[in-house]
Amino acid sequence: MKHIRWAGLVLALTGIVASACGGTTTPAPAGGGTTAPAAGGPTVTKDLIIGFSASQTGAQNVASKKQTEGIQLWVDDVNKAGGIKLKDGTVLKPQIKFYDDESKTDRVQQLYTKLINDDKVDFLLSPYSSGLVKAAAVVSEQNGKVMITAGGADDATMEQGFKYIYQVYTPASKYLTGAIDLIGKLDPSIKKIAIVNEKDSFSTSVVQAAQPYATGKGFQVVLSEGYDTGTKDFAPFINKIIAAAPDAIVGGGHFDDGTTFAKQLYEKKVNARVIALLVAPPEPTFADIGDAAQYIIGPSQWETQVKYSAEAAKSANLPYYGLTAKDFTDRYTTKYSAPPSYHSAGGYAAGQVLQKALEDAGSTDPEKVRAALDKMDLMLFYGHVKFSTDAKTHGKQIAHDMVYVQWQKDSYTNRLATQIVWPPEAKSADAQLRK
Amino acid sequence: MSLDALVASSIDGLMLGFLYGLAAMGLTLIFGVMRVINLSHGPVIALGMFVILELTTRFGINPYLALVLALAIGLAFGVVIYFVAVQRVINAPELTTLLATFSVNLMIIGLGTVIWTTSPRAVNVSLGSVSAGAVTILGTHAVAVAIAIAVTIGLYVFLYRTRPGKSIRAVANNRAAAELMGIDSNAVLALSFGLGTMLAMASGGLLATLFSFTILSGGTYETKSFVIVVLGGLGNPTGALLGGVLLGLLEGVATIAMPVGWVPVFEYVIFVLILLLRPRGLLGPRA
Repeated sequence: MKHIRWAGLVLALTGIVASACGGTTTPAPAGGGTTAPAAGGPTVTKDLIIGFSASQTGAQNVASKKQTEGIQLWVDDVNKAGGIKLKDGTVLKPQIKFYDDESKTDRVQQLYTKLINDDKVDFLLSPYSSGLVKAAAVVSEQNGKVMITAGGADDATMEQGFKYIYQVYTPASKYLTGAIDLIGKLDPSIKKIAIVNEKDSFSTSVVQAAQPYATGKGFQVVLSEGYDTGTKDFAPFINKIIAAAPDAIVGGGHFDDGTTFAKQLYEKKVNARVIALLVAPPEPTFADIGDAAQYIIGPSQWETQVKYSAEAAKSANLPYYGLTAKDFTDRYTTKYSAPPSYHSAGGYAAGQVLQKALEDAGSTDPEKVRAALDKMDLMLFYGHVKFSTDAKTHGKQIAHDMVYVQWQKDSYTNRLATQIVWPPEAKSADAQLRK
Repeated sequence: MSLDALVASSIDGLMLGFLYGLAAMGLTLIFGVMRVINLSHGPVIALGMFVILELTTRFGINPYLALVLALAIGLAFGVVIYFVAVQRVINAPELTTLLATFSVNLMIIGLGTVIWTTSPRAVNVSLGSVSAGAVTILGTHAVAVAIAIAVTIGLYVFLYRTRPGKSIRAVANNRAAAELMGIDSNAVLALSFGLGTMLAMASGGLLATLFSFTILSGGTYETKSFVIVVLGGLGNPTGALLGGVLLGLLEGVATIAMPVGWVPVFEYVIFVLILLLRPRGLLGPRA
């Protein structure tokens, strides 16, 4: 009797610990299970388990939450539409399985191993942020699992000759080059640039490309400094920036540091005429810092105002796949009562890429899905998607373009809102210089 | 090196130094009185940040008023830690008390992670700024320095002008002799641990009004506290405050002279040099 009580207690505690440690799974939609003959034909319905880790806690939680919401919306939409229908009549019902990686690389390695070996997932999506994606990519590749990376832009990860990893984001090397073009057009008298960036793999990739690009365009880089991930006090950098008196500041890293950096630049009254920061500005909650957000420019993978459509695809001689940008924005806003960011769009697009590859492959066989991904060249609501098939850069995104947003005040309502200010063919407003 | 930047950076460093000093005073007070190296110091600093966050966001209390409550909570929490984890091993070798306070450290971090996660939080407080040339001083920083100085003065008045304060100094000086004079050393040790914890929480609370934070943020300040305590001399609160100000100033100057990433290397080189040349600290007696 005593043993039974102890066993019961241990089981109860295990349950509490398991529920506290994650293991979140969305409920399987109706029609789950392995096989279910449909009326009037030999339709076979299969569950398609898609695994990933999400940063529900830790430094990356803001953007990661948006990405997860995008993935969840895609799963809902596919299931509402009856699942992914393959040519042989099989219907795949996607389900997601994800855990909290706490924004930590070692957790990502453990969780992706668990997803592959214990949860036996069919396909993988990536965590958010380049550092975490890099960790997940190694595990996926070693286990021969196809992974669509939604939230990783680092170039180096995609230059290791991986066979099973496919990148949806425009690579980091292109993140700030457009901002430098924009600065040159906006005011040709701007010559001095300060670069202050987070010292992680993604931001370093961005800066390593942006710095020579800026020098090549005739700019003088008057300060180039990196800060540690998790930096909260930017005063030492801001004092150096003030001393170097740059016309423009570019850099940043991720949401928390970028937001703090922008706020402290404003508080310390730094009077550079242009500030362009990574990742943070396109997030709607960046506006929480109030007037400090005004005039800040940020590269974005996608914005609600983008004009990718069936017509745009036709004129670019590409097939268009899936819903429109407006439909995505409306559905997302209805479901989450908040507008989507590019991280949300990236999550949804990663799901769509997998869906299209499964449809084209007509099978869940990883090799056939890989072949379909290698051939993929299409336009989504998120933009043009095509992967490199070169052995060294296999899976790297080679077609998708960035847009640049700026927080501007509406002259009538005096409220802050983002406008697309670059490239010229996509802009919704002219860029403004800081005063 | 630009003079403007040097002045601005030195002032920033100096101001932050007072908060470093306040945190280090808590660490050194506990060591001075009971020879315990308190490894729960960092998480207590972080807890101070979250006490302010909870009081301001849940109850709408002004952050500076919340700080007064945080002082009381810190004192009570320290006394509890003393009776739960420290009292029974107070006479054991130093490694035992080190492990006891380390276990408190792990408990606070573990529970804090469950309750608040490790996502960054911030207390929104803005008091404007004053600018003169390249120097901009934020109101929040100026108030934090003023409060840090006020708390330090309060501590000194308490230690030198009140009976319990004098008892603490007596126990620190010679516990056996103090007990012979009728001082309840157990109560004095509990009070000292409470005061040390209170100072750590106060510094955490003030830091929360300046920067965003997580439950893990105390670690940085704990490490700085150890450097400061070595700078100023173990067990010497005045040395700790001066050490804090000196470290802040050094950081301020160093960030202008070298890439910011190199500043911790510079700090630890100084730490090792002081350990080698003046092991009892700059203000401690010569070895």
